Amino acid sequence: MQEYQFPNRPNFDLKFNPKMVYYGLAALVVLWLASGIYVVQPAELGVVFRFGKAIEQSTPGLHYHFPSPIENVELERVSEVKRLEIGFRTISATPAPRYQKIAAEAVMLTGDENIADVELIVQYRIHNVENYFFKVSEQAKAIHDVAEAALRQVIGQHTIDEALTEGKLQIQEEILIQIQGVLDLYEMGVRVEQAKLQTVSVPQEVDFAFKDVASAREDRERLKNEAEAYQNDIIPRTRGEAEKMMRESEAYKVERVKRSQGDADRFLEVLKEYRKAKDVTETRLFLETMEKILPGMQKFIVDTDGKGGLLNVLQMQKPSVGGN
Amino acid sequence: MRGVITLVVFLVALAVLADSAMFIVDEREQVVLTQLGEPVKTIQEPGLNYKIPFIQKLHIFDDRLLYSDAEPALIYTQDKKNLIVDNYARWRIVDPLKFMISVQNVNNAQSRLDDIIYSAIREELGQRSLVEIVSTHRQAIMDTVTFRSRSSAEALGIDIVDVRIKRADLPRENKANVFDRMKAERSRQAKEYRAEGEEAATKIRAETDLAVTRLTSDAFQKAQLVRGEGDAEALRIYAEAFQQDPKFYEFVRTLEAYEKTLTTGTTVVLPPTSDFFKYLGKYRSR
Repeated sequence: MQEYQFPNRPNFDLKFNPKMVYYGLAALVVLWLASGIYVVQPAELGVVFRFGKAIEQSTPGLHYHFPSPIENVELERVSEVKRLEIGFRTISATPAPRYQKIAAEAVMLTGDENIADVELIVQYRIHNVENYFFKVSEQAKAIHDVAEAALRQVIGQHTIDEALTEGKLQIQEEILIQIQGVLDLYEMGVRVEQAKLQTVSVPQEVDFAFKDVASAREDRERLKNEAEAYQNDIIPRTRGEAEKMMRESEAYKVERVKRSQGDADRFLEVLKEYRKAKDVTETRLFLETMEKILPGMQKFIVDTDGKGGLLNVLQMQKPSVGGN
Repeated sequence: MRGVITLVVFLVALAVLADSAMFIVDEREQVVLTQLGEPVKTIQEPGLNYKIPFIQKLHIFDDRLLYSDAEPALIYTQDKKNLIVDNYARWRIVDPLKFMISVQNVNNAQSRLDDIIYSAIREELGQRSLVEIVSTHRQAIMDTVTFRSRSSAEALGIDIVDVRIKRADLPRENKANVFDRMKAERSRQAKEYRAEGEEAATKIRAETDLAVTRLTSDAFQKAQLVRGEGDAEALRIYAEAFQQDPKFYEFVRTLEAYEKTLTTGTTVVLPPTSDFFKYLGKYRSR
């Protein structure tokens, strides 16, 4: 090629050069024109600028714009849901997520002048790419600041108990509305998809006291349950006992009546026979009874004419205690 | 060929001229054109523009919402409490010419804005209590501060769109007090829960005991009634039977009682004159 001969031949060979220059120029022009070819990736949207003015948006695919400086294009991943974190940062998402706490962002005052530790995730999407490009500088920082201010503002309007428990959904909703409102004021071209409270807790210094409330609440239920268990145990038992008492009394009544009837019947039977021979029967019954009872008894037969009779008997009994 | 050289030279010259005579204003920019130091034109619309080469000079300014974040500052609230307030402002250069004359660049503008906003915040927060700042009047305070700073910043060619309190926190040394109060509140609550538990439990137990007593005594009452009925019935039956011959009943029943009470080992002292021994006496006297 001719170029290699240049150092040895300083004088121009004008016969060859014009064509080289034309070719060179032509090649440059072609290259320059070709620099306008660009690809918009599936998730992206392109904005084409002509002399600095946005003239059109290009959708995913192969496109062409007039080369710089006439036209140029800027691309942004618009269909991607972007995410920002307040109070913590994800250091690595997979395989084992690791987070870094950012206490300065997370620790804040609540409406009842308590201190809460709140983490928030905000997800948003660019819905107007031109606004996103043109209206606000440092967009990501802007959204982060707005979200942080909104979080604190909303938490500041709620009590710590609301933030910790039943008010979460409400708070999320309010944060989302608040963020969206300010971003609209900035004309960011961003739509907030979700504001989600992650952990809401209290600082370590008071953590125990809060946990103790939870366990106290459980204690309350436990005490109640224990008492109810006692109730459930003892009431049926008592009902059983009561039933038993009733049945026993009925049994007593039956027994009483039947026995008395038996006694009565027996008496009447005996009476029937007795009437047939009153004296003999009386004597016989008497003697029979005496026969039965006297053998086992210690007997003293004392003539009670003398006064100290009984005393004598008691004295007599003393040495023979074994008689009992 | 001379034509080629001429063409190249022409193109280069054209390019140099074009570069110094034409300029592009981006969507995100606005421009002040000065001629020998004198401002002559302000361009805020994007597009291709022309100037006189070498004599006219471009001053480019951002046309977007810009950011200014002051250092967190200690503020005394109206109720004599300390708060560390961190605020930021979003602002826009609306009059680049005024802006150029008064503050020249964004850095200068930021320090001026910091002063303006800080004094507005200080003044406003000094009239507010902590609860108002943190909770109830936050938005109103921010609106007021924005409004006041905006009118001060107007002279700089700046429109303050938004002043926002990002954080309003207690200084570290005040947190201990809050923590103590939080702990006290919680412990009160915990005690209340436990006492409520005791209350409910005691109530249930007492009610249970009452129910138990009621059940048993009810049952007792009824049982006694039934027993009484039994007794009465028995009484009636006995009476009916024994009425037939009270004397005989007495006799028989006495014998029975003897049998039961005068058991083995009982000591009796009997006179020889008793009925049982009447024959004994007869024998002796014989």
